[in-house]
Order: sequence, then C-alpha cells, then structure tokens
Amino acid sequence: MISKLRNSVDEAVSGIADGAVVMIGGFGRAGQPVELIDALLAQGATDLTVINNNAGNGDTGLAALLAARRVRRIICSFPRQSDSHVFDALYRAGEIELELVPQGNLAERIRAAGAGIGAFFTPSGFGTALAEGKETRDIDGRPYVLENALRADVALVSAYRADRWGNLVYRKTARNFGPIMAAAATTTIVQVDEVVELGGLDPETVVTPGIYVNRVVAVGERAWLRDGEFVGAASVEGAAS
Amino acid sequence: MTTRISRDELAARIAQDIPEGAVMNLGIGAPTLVANFLPAGLEAILHTENGMLGMGPEPQPDRIDPDLINAGKQPVTELDGTAYFHHADSFAMMRGGHLDVCVLGAFQVSERGDLANWSTGAADSIPAVGGAMDLAIGARRVYVMTDLFTRSGESKLVRDCSYPLTGVGCVTRIYTDHAIFDVTPTGLAVIELFGDNTVSELSTLTGLDLEDATRDADDKELA
Repeated sequence: MISKLRNSVDEAVSGIADGAVVMIGGFGRAGQPVELIDALLAQGATDLTVINNNAGNGDTGLAALLAARRVRRIICSFPRQSDSHVFDALYRAGEIELELVPQGNLAERIRAAGAGIGAFFTPSGFGTALAEGKETRDIDGRPYVLENALRADVALVSAYRADRWGNLVYRKTARNFGPIMAAAATTTIVQVDEVVELGGLDPETVVTPGIYVNRVVAVGERAWLRDGEFVGAASVEGAAS
Repeated sequence: MTTRISRDELAARIAQDIPEGAVMNLGIGAPTLVANFLPAGLEAILHTENGMLGMGPEPQPDRIDPDLINAGKQPVTELDGTAYFHHADSFAMMRGGHLDVCVLGAFQVSERGDLANWSTGAADSIPAVGGAMDLAIGARRVYVMTDLFTRSGESKLVRDCSYPLTGVGCVTRIYTDHAIFDVTPTGLAVIELFGDNTVSELSTLTGLDLEDATRDADDKELA
C-alpha cells in the first residue's frame, strides 16, 4: 500500500541535512507552512539556503528560522516588508546572503526545475541590474536574459487537503508557490489541514498530483475555517480576532 | 492658478481610460485607487500576481480570510467568475502578453519610456523587486501613475533614469498630477493638461523637449 502520510511534523521533516537547499512555500503569510518550519527549527538543520518569495514576517515561521541563525543564504524577490525586521537586521549586519530575483523569474526558474528545463530566455529584467553578467539574446527582435532553473533538496509546502497518495488541493491565494515548489524538490514535504480517504478528492480538481509529493502530515484546521467553511473572525496575519 | 490635481482625481482620470472587458493589474500603492473609480457597469477583471483573476474589494472586518490576499498582502474578496492559479501561471499571463493594462508607480521615467520604480540605489537600503520587472515588460499597455515632481521639486520625467532600471522602453503613457504624457518614438508628447499648465511651462520645468499633442494643439493646426 502506498502511503505518504506521516504521524507528526517532526517525522515529516526528519533527515533534512545541514547545508540543504530548502524551498518554502507561501506569499507573505498566505500558504506559509508554519508548522513544518517550526518542526525544522526543532530538527536542527543549519547552514541552509532558503528559497521563498519573501524573507519572513514578524517573529514566527521563516522569521524565527532566520533569527535562530540557521539560514546562510536566501533567494527571494521581496525581502523588505513592514514586518521583516529579523531579515533586515541580519542583512544590515552582513550575516545573511541575499540573491534577489524578479518574482516572475523566481517562479519560472522553480517551474523549469520541476519540468526538467535547464534554463530559459525571459524578457523580465533585461537591461536591469538584476540581469548583470547574464547571457542575453535577441529573439525575433526582442531582448531576453538567460535564467537557470532553480531546484532544491527539500520543499516545505502548505496545502488544504491531501490523500495518502499525496494528491493535493489548495485554498484560494494560499496556493501561490505550492504546486511549482512541490515539483522542483528532491523531497517534497506537505502540511495539510486534513487528510481525506483515497477517492475523497475530485480527480478533476486535484492541483498537485501525488507524483510530486513525498511526505504528508495533517496539522489541523486553520483558525478561520470549520469543516472547510469560512467562519470569519480572523486577521490577515491568520490569528483569531 | 491651479496646476495640480489630487491623487483621487488622477485615479479617476486613469479609470476613464480602462476599456470594457479589460484585464488589468494595479500596482501596490496609489495605483490601487484606480479600482475605486471604475465607472459603474464597466466589467473589468483585476489580476493580482499572487495568483488570482477576478479580485474584489476589501472585505468587511469580520470577513477577512487570511488565505485570500492581494499582492500588497492586504485582505481582498473574490467575485463571481474568480479563478485561482499558481505563481508561475500568474507571471506567464503577464509575460505572455495576456494582460491588457497595468498601472504602476514610478521614481523616474525616461523620455524613451524606461522605467525606474524598484530601488533608489541607496547604499543602506534593502533591495526588494517583487513583480515590478515582470509587470513592466508584460502588460500590453503599461501606464505609470505618479506626481510629476519629487517633494524637492525634481522632475520624475528625465532624459535618462539615474535610479536603477525596472524595464527598458516599456512605458506606454504617464499620468501625472500636472498632465498626461504619451511615450512616442520621438520623445514625450503631452496629450492632456490639467489646470493652468501649459506645454511650454512643463518643458521648462522638466527640461525636456515635449511635443504638444493636446486636443487644443489639433485645433490650432486646423485653424
């Protein structure tokens, strides 16, 4: 019997090595796999390279991993935010490396890795500081920049529901980087609100087929949902209000 | 003498140029105001680059859903007809030329339509680019919404951008608090003046050769 289910978040993140390249899903706090990040913090792997759109918000989740000095290098598009004080302080002190990538190039580099594409020519960023030193090419009269695929050892993803084969559905804009990161990592670890029986997901609505998923752990319902229905009374930070 | 219109008035003016059926992306900050002034009955579809078409307005406080946010990470709502998609699809829509219009802020725009809006290049600043570079080269029409002058009185329309570029030759039209400018193969053309501004005064203040393409200019030629 195929089962990718794990009993705990600690079991789900076991074996992540020092020096690993770790993709972490989420856009701001939406879709951020907070329980898996907390488990990675407890697990102890260090000297990590993290790929995420942002560089942490507030003091929890990715920001807590950064604060614990476990991340050597971060690859992202938008580190500076109103509540990115943990990253800001580390960056100003020269204690974290930053590779800044235009958001669409970041997404496409991740997608390319999962699709077996080594590199691609994109118009985004041509003629800017973020394309310096990169190969360029004129194709049908338009300038393009060569961007390499971006793969990872591990992806930590948050989805809404899964079955034991690892098929996933997401919820609203929390989908963001989940499907492409799931495909771009050697080991993809997913936290979901709920695991359903095999056959419990409508095959027409599966967003990430289980082939891209290695481990699944249920972490319980989000505070603003009950039986999958929105019940309100939440702030945009995801806290009950 | 009035030479400036307010930010809301400018947003309302831009909203007049959004055609029925347009799919558009409004950048973070002032451009989001444009949505407040779209004519009643106009059906236009808002794209937000974190993965949604059909974005609706801000929810009531008791309806905030942390899984439903816009590119500025503010809570939004979904309209009938909404579609969600992942980040690579979202930027493929942009890059692939499927968006009709985007409205962006700017630090500077050059007379060739180069845009600088992501970094002032200051040594102590933390760089952050987000989707700015993808939006700048992606939409079919790239509108800039900005004050014409900085607080210290420098023109944001320039011969060459001194700030780091977001995109090369990508801007279609610049809506400012003084006038509207089109980017043309021969430089910037004033297509509409607000208040008592004149093309010659704006040429002096910006230090640029501006073509007079206002409707008044047409009348003058016909006369």
